Amino acid sequence: MNLESIPLQAFLIVSSALFCIGIWGLLNSRNAVRVLMSIELMLNAVNINLMAFSSYIDNNLIQGQVFTIFVITVAAAEAAVGLAILLSLYRNRVTVDMESFNLLKW
Amino acid sequence: MSIAITTQFICFTVLSLVVIIGALGVVLLESIVYSAFLLGGVFMSVAGLYLLLNASFVAAAQVLVYVGAVNVLIIFAIMLVNKKEDLKPINDIKSRRVISTSICLTLLSLLIRVDLTNVWRLSSPKNSIGEESTIRIGEHLFSDYLLPFEVASVLLLMAMIGAIVLARRDVMSKDISTGLPVDQELIEKSSEPLLTNKN
Repeated sequence: MNLESIPLQAFLIVSSALFCIGIWGLLNSRNAVRVLMSIELMLNAVNINLMAFSSYIDNNLIQGQVFTIFVITVAAAEAAVGLAILLSLYRNRVTVDMESFNLLKW
Repeated sequence: MSIAITTQFICFTVLSLVVIIGALGVVLLESIVYSAFLLGGVFMSVAGLYLLLNASFVAAAQVLVYVGAVNVLIIFAIMLVNKKEDLKPINDIKSRRVISTSICLTLLSLLIRVDLTNVWRLSSPKNSIGEESTIRIGEHLFSDYLLPFEVASVLLLMAMIGAIVLARRDVMSKDISTGLPVDQELIEKSSEPLLTNKN
């Protein structure tokens, strides 16, 4: 290969694949903890995307890296609150099966 | 970046393979504990990809926040809720799987098509600030991104208080109806689930 650097498309394809795996896990998991893990995977895919664009398209004013820092902050807050909600759900229903959380179903 | 291009390619291939296979393991493995540890591996490989993109600060933040905090939190949650239970079978599980898999594959092919057909206007590598990205991030955070930076601190405080309030167990020292002191050990075991499943 006589390329000067890794093409941008390679990073984009990896992040697309990671995002789709995250969506699949989100739709198909029975365990609520695994749903939270899938959400983290999707957030990481978005971060890879932002970092690749900031390195290839905006490599002087790397604003994508600042965005990634904010996404990491929000993801940490989301994980903490999500797992706390999960714990109180488990305390009330004694299960983490997503199929049994059907109180809002019409 | 000063690494030879062949080394960069090898690193990229290995890291992306670990990311994809690890992510598949996270969603497909039967045991949730294995999934959690594989998730840590995925986070570490993503940090490696950031290093390939000249972003050492974000890579360090990724390792600290994701591997050090989020993953540990997830493992603690698994430890607290890990009860063996027989899941009720769903009757139309097969059609659900087929539909969701086809949706994901369609989305993936759409995204890859956009990635490959769009003409990206790349900036020239000689403008790149390279290893000085940490300094530039600091400048951004204290000039044009100052408001989001401060709002993020408020958000973290709110998330911390919210998590404590949600996860706290209310322990009462005496029984409400009789006024007698409560045996604290039995609170967890004797409590009935508040919301029982209707069907």
